[in-house]
Amino acid sequence: MSAELERRRAVQEDAIAQYERMIEIREFEGQINGLFASGSIRGTTHLCLGQEALAVGLASVLRPTDIVSATYRGHGIALALGLSPESVLGEIMGKTIGCCGGVGGSMHLSNMELGLLPTSAIIGGGMPIAAGAALSFQVRKTDDVAVAVFGDGATNIGAFHETLNLAAIWNLPVVFICDNNVYGEYSRINTTTPLEDLHMRADSYKMPHFALDGMDIAQVQKGVTEAVIRARSNGGPTLIEAKTYRFAGHSRADQALYRPEGELEKWEKRDPIKLTEEALIASGALNPQRIIEIKSEMKTTIEKVVATCQDSPEPNLASMFQNIFTPANVGRS
Amino acid sequence: MAITTPMRFRQAIVQALADEMRADSTVMLFGEDVAQAEGPFKTSEGLLTEFGPLRIRDTPISEMGFTGAAVGAAIMGMRPVIEIMFMEFLGVALDQLVTEAAKMRYLSNGKLSVPMVVRASVGSGLGFGCQHSQTLENWVAATPGLKVVCPSDAQSAYSLTRSAIQDPDPVIVLEPRILYAERGDVDTSLVLPIGKARVLRKGNEITVVSLGQMVNVARRAIETSALDVELIDLATVVPWDRETVLTSVKKTGRLIVVEEAPQSGGWGSEIVAAATSELFCQLKGAPFRITTPDVPVPYSGVLEARFVPTADDIARQLIESLKTGTTPKSWWELEGLK
Repeated sequence: MSAELERRRAVQEDAIAQYERMIEIREFEGQINGLFASGSIRGTTHLCLGQEALAVGLASVLRPTDIVSATYRGHGIALALGLSPESVLGEIMGKTIGCCGGVGGSMHLSNMELGLLPTSAIIGGGMPIAAGAALSFQVRKTDDVAVAVFGDGATNIGAFHETLNLAAIWNLPVVFICDNNVYGEYSRINTTTPLEDLHMRADSYKMPHFALDGMDIAQVQKGVTEAVIRARSNGGPTLIEAKTYRFAGHSRADQALYRPEGELEKWEKRDPIKLTEEALIASGALNPQRIIEIKSEMKTTIEKVVATCQDSPEPNLASMFQNIFTPANVGRS
Repeated sequence: MAITTPMRFRQAIVQALADEMRADSTVMLFGEDVAQAEGPFKTSEGLLTEFGPLRIRDTPISEMGFTGAAVGAAIMGMRPVIEIMFMEFLGVALDQLVTEAAKMRYLSNGKLSVPMVVRASVGSGLGFGCQHSQTLENWVAATPGLKVVCPSDAQSAYSLTRSAIQDPDPVIVLEPRILYAERGDVDTSLVLPIGKARVLRKGNEITVVSLGQMVNVARRAIETSALDVELIDLATVVPWDRETVLTSVKKTGRLIVVEEAPQSGGWGSEIVAAATSELFCQLKGAPFRITTPDVPVPYSGVLEARFVPTADDIARQLIESLKTGTTPKSWWELEGLK
């Protein structure tokens, strides 16, 4: 088993590993702005600070043979699914160690061994593709499922509606997860969308739907499991709305100065990492001392990852000519 | 000796789809009205009956949704063929083709391929008006990662459709709608590889390169002109067959491209530019293009018949260019219309 599949198996089996992965994502995202400042990262990035429970909760209940399409806000989901921090940060830094050899960048992470399709930089872009993956599972009669993760803003784009309708009419084994982090780019969802509970839109497609607390990993696991079981047993698609909150701005350039006063602070009281710590302490799985150690160890780990990625070579010029078409001798004859 | 069967262009497409579906259980077809109704242009006649509703599916009127579903299914190992009733309807789905399908291999470090086929009917001549009559090759021709083919007769409809389905990358098959009813002889054992042009007529004085429904018009013009013209059906727009075209132009020293696309931004510009850049000193005259004018496709039968290059007008330009060594004016310039 590859090291990345081992990473995946760890979060599938162990609540402490799930907590550690959430810490890993938090530490990882915490490094990004500094790496911008030092010139190691260019372009843009979209951080998922505050949304770690959804990423890890999702990864913990899916199989590696299930397929996930996700978005440009994808560092956390990639790490949660098992991609190594080196392959994610290396890609963000445009280095050969990255999962796409450095030609993709922050918005385009993938690893098919772990079921992660290339994340899309287009709002809603991954949704019909997830439905198509589910279509292939249906035609081949496997019990794998496809999961499309997308933001609240995507519920206003045509791809969302076309895909939900198609998935419903074809009864596809797909789970739609709307990560409602309250903001679509720089706009609060209530200024762009005439309803608060976005999952209600599934009613138009006679599709089962519900909201869950996306800050609570146990709630994420419970809800996603319910939808995945339905999909695996020919019960068709589900729309889940995970209520989360984006602790950072939309992208690198956005300081999120438009937030109402006190909103961030209110959500930080329900920080998914804090909630997980409380639960693990209450159950006796962890003690406060061990939590301090885990955070300290993870900080060291991620610092090493940064150093490894800094040392990784830049791609050579030939790499930009690769992987556009399949080599001539690989097609079916 | 090759065995040929007479059939219509649309039947050649049905035959190609059926033969591929028999050979490979991962091939499937979906699109608007392709299953129960057997296709608005009857290009899926009998397929639902033979292959059943799992592999032959009607879709909602949701090009973005079902084009994206084809991308996802192809990534996971299916070979979906989708039908876009009129090429214009691909406009709402271009994201899935240009931004997703064409990039999947690149963005997966070569681990994914997208063996999907988009079939779209194209072209003028049937009075469908300006939103249902364009060829629009240039919507898809400038995106690395996409291949684009366009058959010109029943044989190439059959062979290119099969090659497209067998190809490991996304291929767009532009089907000239006006040809669906045309009859031709089809040899089902004949392979036309993607990227290979067809030399339909040998000649030494001028090379004419054409595509789709203009190929037959160009052929008639050549016969009228009584000149010694080499006629090449480009067949694949991306990646186009530089070797066949440039070898011919090297021989004749003259190149005329006949295309249905509007004058600005058409695929023929690429051919003319390549021949001019690479063979400049071997040319006997300036390569040029015979196109449609930069206007929407007009509805009126009188106007539409004149909009598209006619055999008479092509013959005029062939003869004039050979006689004078200069580039002839377009019909609309001669009429003082532009």
